[in-house]
Amino acid sequence: MRSLLFALVSAAVLAVVAPASAKDKLTIYTYESFTADWGPGPVVKKNFEAECGCEVDFVSVADGVALLNRLKLEGGSTKADLVLGLDTNLTAEAKATGLFAPHGPVSNVDVPGGWSDDTFVPYDYGYFAVVYDTESLKEPPKSLKDLVEGDPNQKIVIEDPRTSTPGLGLVLWMKSVYGDKAAEAWSKLKGRVLTVTPGWSEAYGLFTKGEAPMVLSYTTSPAYHMIEDKTDRYQAASFAEGHYLQIEVAGMTRHGAENPLAQEFLAFMTGPGFQDAVPETQWMYPAGKMDKPLDPVFDRLVEPAKTLIFSSDDVAANRKAWVDEWLGVMSK
Amino acid sequence: MNDRTQNGVSVRLENVAFSYGEARFVFDAEFRAGAITAVMGASGSGKSTLLNLVAGFESPQAGRVRIGGEDVTALPASMRPVSMVFQENNLFAHLSVEANVGLGRSPSLRLAAQDRERVEAALARTGLAGKGKRLPRELSGGERQRVALARVLVRERPVLLLDEPFASLGPALRDDMLDLVARLQAERCMTVLFVTHQPDDARRIADHVVFIEGGKVAASGAAAGFFADDGPDVFRRYAGTNGRESRHVARKPT
Amino acid sequence: MTRPGAPADIRIFAGLAALAFIAVLVCGALAGLAVEGAGDLSGALSAFDPYLLRVARFTLWQAALSTLLSVLPALFLARALSRHPVFPGRGFILQLFAVPLALPAIVVALGVLALLGRAGFMADALGKLAGGTWPGIYGLSGILVAHVFFNLPLAARLFLEALQTVPSDQWRLASQLGMGARAGFRLIEWPALRQALPGVAGLVFMLCVTSFTIVLTLGGGPAASTLEVAIYQALRFDFDPARAVALTLLQIGLTVLVVSVLAWLGANTSGDANLQVAPPRRYLAAGGAETAINAGLIVLALAFVAGPMVAIVAAGLQADLGRLAGEAAVQRAAATSIVLAFVSAFISALLSLALVAARRALSSRRRGGRKRLFEHAVETGAGFVLVVPPIVIGAGWFLVLRHFGDLFAVAPAMVAAVNAVMAMPFAVRAVRPAYDAASERHDLLCAQLGVSGWNRFTLIDWPVLRRPLATAFAFAMALSLGDLGVIALFGSDSVQTLPYLLLARMGSYRTQDAAGLALLLGLVCLALVLAADRLGRERRT
Repeated sequence: MRSLLFALVSAAVLAVVAPASAKDKLTIYTYESFTADWGPGPVVKKNFEAECGCEVDFVSVADGVALLNRLKLEGGSTKADLVLGLDTNLTAEAKATGLFAPHGPVSNVDVPGGWSDDTFVPYDYGYFAVVYDTESLKEPPKSLKDLVEGDPNQKIVIEDPRTSTPGLGLVLWMKSVYGDKAAEAWSKLKGRVLTVTPGWSEAYGLFTKGEAPMVLSYTTSPAYHMIEDKTDRYQAASFAEGHYLQIEVAGMTRHGAENPLAQEFLAFMTGPGFQDAVPETQWMYPAGKMDKPLDPVFDRLVEPAKTLIFSSDDVAANRKAWVDEWLGVMSK
Repeated sequence: MNDRTQNGVSVRLENVAFSYGEARFVFDAEFRAGAITAVMGASGSGKSTLLNLVAGFESPQAGRVRIGGEDVTALPASMRPVSMVFQENNLFAHLSVEANVGLGRSPSLRLAAQDRERVEAALARTGLAGKGKRLPRELSGGERQRVALARVLVRERPVLLLDEPFASLGPALRDDMLDLVARLQAERCMTVLFVTHQPDDARRIADHVVFIEGGKVAASGAAAGFFADDGPDVFRRYAGTNGRESRHVARKPT
Repeated sequence: MTRPGAPADIRIFAGLAALAFIAVLVCGALAGLAVEGAGDLSGALSAFDPYLLRVARFTLWQAALSTLLSVLPALFLARALSRHPVFPGRGFILQLFAVPLALPAIVVALGVLALLGRAGFMADALGKLAGGTWPGIYGLSGILVAHVFFNLPLAARLFLEALQTVPSDQWRLASQLGMGARAGFRLIEWPALRQALPGVAGLVFMLCVTSFTIVLTLGGGPAASTLEVAIYQALRFDFDPARAVALTLLQIGLTVLVVSVLAWLGANTSGDANLQVAPPRRYLAAGGAETAINAGLIVLALAFVAGPMVAIVAAGLQADLGRLAGEAAVQRAAATSIVLAFVSAFISALLSLALVAARRALSSRRRGGRKRLFEHAVETGAGFVLVVPPIVIGAGWFLVLRHFGDLFAVAPAMVAAVNAVMAMPFAVRAVRPAYDAASERHDLLCAQLGVSGWNRFTLIDWPVLRRPLATAFAFAMALSLGDLGVIALFGSDSVQTLPYLLLARMGSYRTQDAAGLALLLGLVCLALVLAADRLGRERRT
């Protein structure tokens, strides 16, 4: 009995004392698919730990939006040094929390249209695209206009902009192409929309089950199927008007600004130790410098004729109005 | 205590008022110590209510319940010197006969050797020897009520209330059970209140009769006079011709 | 007030404690959000626009229809099952009926679509019937089919529980009197079912009111949208606590209104405490025709419930199950899920027992008078927690607790507590009929013998309530096994459950893994339900 008690007490003491006596630690908040066994997390952790002689501690939540919410919930008491996994549609809002600190110099950043944000650093990017099933759709739409005005019997599954990032992406895409006529375009597209799911998973699930020949996803989605599933069946349609860009970023919190490892990680993030893992785990394009070449499959992906993107501030200012516009048309 | 078991305790209701929904009851009555009183009356007249008030299942809105001179109005049912046997649901279906009787010794069923002996004795006394391990569903209707009586014995409470416990038994069996009650009452000198619809039952074992009508005691008296031609009018109306025809039937055999 | 018949009753204190636990959990969260959001009420006010009115209307409409379509067939299904207490596979059917509750909505949606979707198993046949290509079941019909899949088995099991409280004497009486199927239903089964009806219907209604993924995924567009979506949006994308609170209150208010009407309708038709057994006019042989109809009903229901499940199993078998089962992440998630489900179910059973006992104690104390507020609270009030979105509770409490150290360390406790409270209304429905019937039989005797408190529970109540408690336990476990609510918004490494893992895989192109995990989840659920059933049966003589 006594020895058991002793064991328990010493275990408790160790648990309290051990972290303090261990190596320096970097706490990174990110999303689940980043830290999953198949995600880039494990490789990135190993590479950075070897470089810095420190310990990386990932804390993961469901997705990018949850990440921002968690930060809002924790407020100033957050333990995060770095937050990795927001996208450009969220950064204005993230900055407005006042929880982030500007980053120091980083090199190698390479995203379409260049990068000049002083708070967030990009680590990957991708384009929204309509992915279609070549077995059930022989002639995919060649433009957003084709999609909007095409055969209403060829259905597409889209995501809800109120609850998901790609959903919002499509609203922004339509807005950037149609501008003030977006509502009209939506009312035409409405007939082709099989259903509007709460998130990407549900939409993609319906699509791969064969419920609809098209789904709103990314230009890079086919890379997964070609590399992992060894099939060319699912392809992205190239749209003449261009594709809307999504950039994923990381930022340092004010708490993390006191930890030199945070800045060190941001610099590491745009280099090969991180970027080499990106394409075939995130299924996105690398936003920095890679050592190893991209899998040739990536050369076969759709290359947007034009990159479409609103500034983060524009999105923050107009999101509600644009989503309401969408809702007004779609819920009639 | 000793005094009580030898002479029995009286049961008194002093202007006990009670209402349930629309029905109102006011009871003012005394039940003789150490005697058997038959409580009779039409359905819904308040017989069971009267018993429930004595047992403590119902609490009066006014008035007092006294048992052996003590005011028990505020005592919970389990603290009153009363045992009651119902028409049905006297036993826990999932407990053995022994356990059902044993609950009368200890509500937690922690029985000392002495308790077990008493249970055994009570079972023997009620004609259930050797049936202690059975479950209630393996017993006949009469046997189940015997189990209830065995529990009454081990509880050793001076007042016994019977709410038509034998109504569902055949005539011969019912007479057996009534005689068993009469014997037990005589041995323990219990004060017994006994609800019945059958004048024959009352004649067989009751010393006194209380007749209830419209929520109050309408007539009472010695059993002998009650069933005679010049018995209370209210009772004769209730009994109809039945009371007259069987007036020569032998009364209590004791 | 102390009455001899009902002394200061421990059951009432237990009910009070359970109620307090639930109230603190819900009100604490709402208060946390309200305080946070008090600075900016504009979102809360602007939320009440014509669109919200449409959403509210659709929310209630789809929930009402789903309830009707789930509950009505469930009545007859339960009756059919109770009429045939022994046939091969009966036990398995009942266990299977608990599984839908444990499945994440998207898995069920895909399962239903595998049968009835545009590319579903039945698409060709249905297309021929419809004369053209099958358009799928998107829209109200899809929502209804999925909701019935979730709720029909649940309602049937709860009704069956109610039917099992009918004393066997009544059945003997019925057969002796030669009651036919119809008379037996009217005189014996219907009174028992009717008592359970408002509760079960209310439960199903509340589940459908809060439906989210099903409504959006199968609804065909944002015209089919529920208040829950608006609440989710308010918290997730807009992080507008005031609006979330306002919408939650609206959701609770509307549900209370509807369920009260339901209860009132139910109460209106009840009233004969003593069953009048009139001599039946016709003598029907309870034979071939009825058995055939019952068998047909059971087979139909089984096909309806098993169809999507077969699809889920078939999809799951495509996955590399051996590798999945060997993955450390899967094993950890499975262990976490099982522990959480077990703890939640235990708390849930305790809460429901306390509430059921308090309700009974209060109603037998009342003697025909009017119910007091407290009794209403114990009886139905507590059930309304179901329409408080778990994300609201989660967010609220995180806001409250953030001032007290590491709030994500309490996440597991939070998840267990919320799941327990959310499963409580189910547990109550399972336990109450049996508790009330046992109480009816035993109260006087126990009062007389002084058997009370713990003694009463172990000696008298436990043996009788064992089986219904096991049912309650099984439901609570299934429900918390499939739950995502609290953690969905924030996630937490310490509470990565199987459904969480499943959605994560689905969100990273790993649809086969997800299908395999769905199968695993179903199997874990089935195993737990089986264990709970064993627990309930054991020592039954």
